[in-house]
Amino acid sequence: MDNNKNWIDQRFPLTKVWNEHLAEYYTPRNFNFWYFFGSLAILVLVIQLLTGIFLAMHFKPDADLAFASVEYIMRDVDWGWLIRYMHSTGASAFFVVIYLHMYRGLLYGSYKAPRELIWILGVVLYIALMAEAFMGYVLPWGQMSYWGAQVIINLFGSVPVIGPDLLIWILGDYAVGDPALNRFFSLHIVAVPLILVVLVFLHIVALHTVGSNNPDGVEIKKNKDENGIPKDGIPFHPYYSVKDIVGVVVFLMIFAAVVLFAPAMNGYFLEHANFVEANPLKTPEHIAPLWYLTPFYSVLRAIPPMFGSQFPGVLAMGAALVILLALPWLDRSKVKSIRYRSWPYKVALAIFVVSFVWLGYLGMQPVTPMNALLARVFTAAYFGFFILMPWFTSIGETKAVPERTTE
Amino acid sequence: MKKIINTTLALFATVTISLGAHAGGGNVHLDHANTDINDQNSLQNGAKLFMNYCSGCHSISFMRYNRMGKDLGLTDDEVAKNLMFNGEKTGDPITSSMSEAGAVKWFGTTPPDLSLVARSKGLDWIYTYLRGFYKDESRTFGVNNHVLVNASMPDVLWQLREEKSAAEFDQDVRDITNFLDYVGEPAKLVRVSLGYKVLGFLFILFILSYLLKKEYWKDVKYGKWRAKD
Repeated sequence: MDNNKNWIDQRFPLTKVWNEHLAEYYTPRNFNFWYFFGSLAILVLVIQLLTGIFLAMHFKPDADLAFASVEYIMRDVDWGWLIRYMHSTGASAFFVVIYLHMYRGLLYGSYKAPRELIWILGVVLYIALMAEAFMGYVLPWGQMSYWGAQVIINLFGSVPVIGPDLLIWILGDYAVGDPALNRFFSLHIVAVPLILVVLVFLHIVALHTVGSNNPDGVEIKKNKDENGIPKDGIPFHPYYSVKDIVGVVVFLMIFAAVVLFAPAMNGYFLEHANFVEANPLKTPEHIAPLWYLTPFYSVLRAIPPMFGSQFPGVLAMGAALVILLALPWLDRSKVKSIRYRSWPYKVALAIFVVSFVWLGYLGMQPVTPMNALLARVFTAAYFGFFILMPWFTSIGETKAVPERTTE
Repeated sequence: MKKIINTTLALFATVTISLGAHAGGGNVHLDHANTDINDQNSLQNGAKLFMNYCSGCHSISFMRYNRMGKDLGLTDDEVAKNLMFNGEKTGDPITSSMSEAGAVKWFGTTPPDLSLVARSKGLDWIYTYLRGFYKDESRTFGVNNHVLVNASMPDVLWQLREEKSAAEFDQDVRDITNFLDYVGEPAKLVRVSLGYKVLGFLFILFILSYLLKKEYWKDVKYGKWRAKD
């Protein structure tokens, strides 16, 4: 056994990698509930890749065959229904996990120096994931797949000057149709997953270079013992590997309950109208994207057309995502964790979370004058969180941060 | 820990409230279908009624005769003798024999395929719609519908309504609805019972994984890692 290990180690840094990233990767000992979601995101990614491989064996990326091929998977493929429900539930689960993971970053200032690159890679991952989910939702070729794609893709047509040509270039046609379905399939199963896997790799490499933050926002590397091991650190393996297994099992219980008891989640994970095949001649009464995209859809609808163009709304939606990248430099606070932050930050974060949830809710509702007004107020609050951050993170009393992690 | 539980409960409460608010929807009051997909007699009666009253015009083309028979506890022979009228093979999908041109001539439109109607419209909708016909001489077939105003469909169940008591008629419609629920998602017959088994397994796994974690983390609590202080 040892001989084999030596043989490999002379040719590939197996033991070195194992130690650096697991057995001797020192992790703060005070991780709490919020620290389960990173490993869970990897789990969901693996679920999506594996179920996706099997779905692609039976799915037909053809506008005439796609809808029926999904039902073929649901009925005639052995366990096809389970694989499909795992994939569709996995998409929503991915966003649940990612939103909680990002919220953890906001709670404990995990994006602050020296972890700016981890945050930036994470935001890019999040945007790539949205593209992945959007294109995946087009594939079953139901009414919502079709009309959702029609609405979102048409936004590109509002770009000044090049818009109309850009639209035709993206669709390969004048409207959403077979060429769009075929290329979305290609992007969904090859291009974007490759990007996601590479970005996840980079995200973890960057994390393991600087080390994990923790609920106290204390840098454990500042307090090392005589062997150079952080006093508040414990090896990731076995301590956090066994702890994450508990998190994985709890997650799987919730996941299995949704997949097997309520896979459509009352229209939130699989919309009712998507069980009707796409029909370019019949617009559904109410078109809404799936829940995880609705906050940004709300921002889009909140901005009224200007000079007869939808483009300002499109810009605002893009800005709502891009502004996340600036977060590490907008936050001027001396402390990282919410435990020691001043009250203005706590209030601002609470307003931000409420605004984001409300924007998500409004994005599913039809536009009424009241809803439009609310969407504008919450859009202003969303952007206000970022624009006013340099101000509200530099006022108010922060509490003293301890030298070491607390129990 | 207490904090976590409180946060989780609050999250659940929010989700439940918003789900409840959404479930209402629509302008027409829908009666509760109250079907039970595990009631095989109901499914068999629903299949019989569907084949006799609906399948002349409506296909359920994602469903095959033999798969339906197997799931409903019928042999291929029983299916062929009682539920197949046009000389199909048992492996064939259940399609109506009406031509598209004929349909347009008679009804002004092609009757929709009902394979997934339970998933797109919902069970309460089907149950209320089939019971929602009323006399309206201005319409081609002399009837209109409360749920789907100006529906092109005639009141095909009128004979059942007149021959049976109100309760019996409701039960027949409930059985058709139940059958369409099954047709919309055959996997529904197995997935719920599978769900309890999977959750049972995961619960045992949870206890084991929790004990494993606790065992390892004794080091952290009892000073193996603290000893370096």
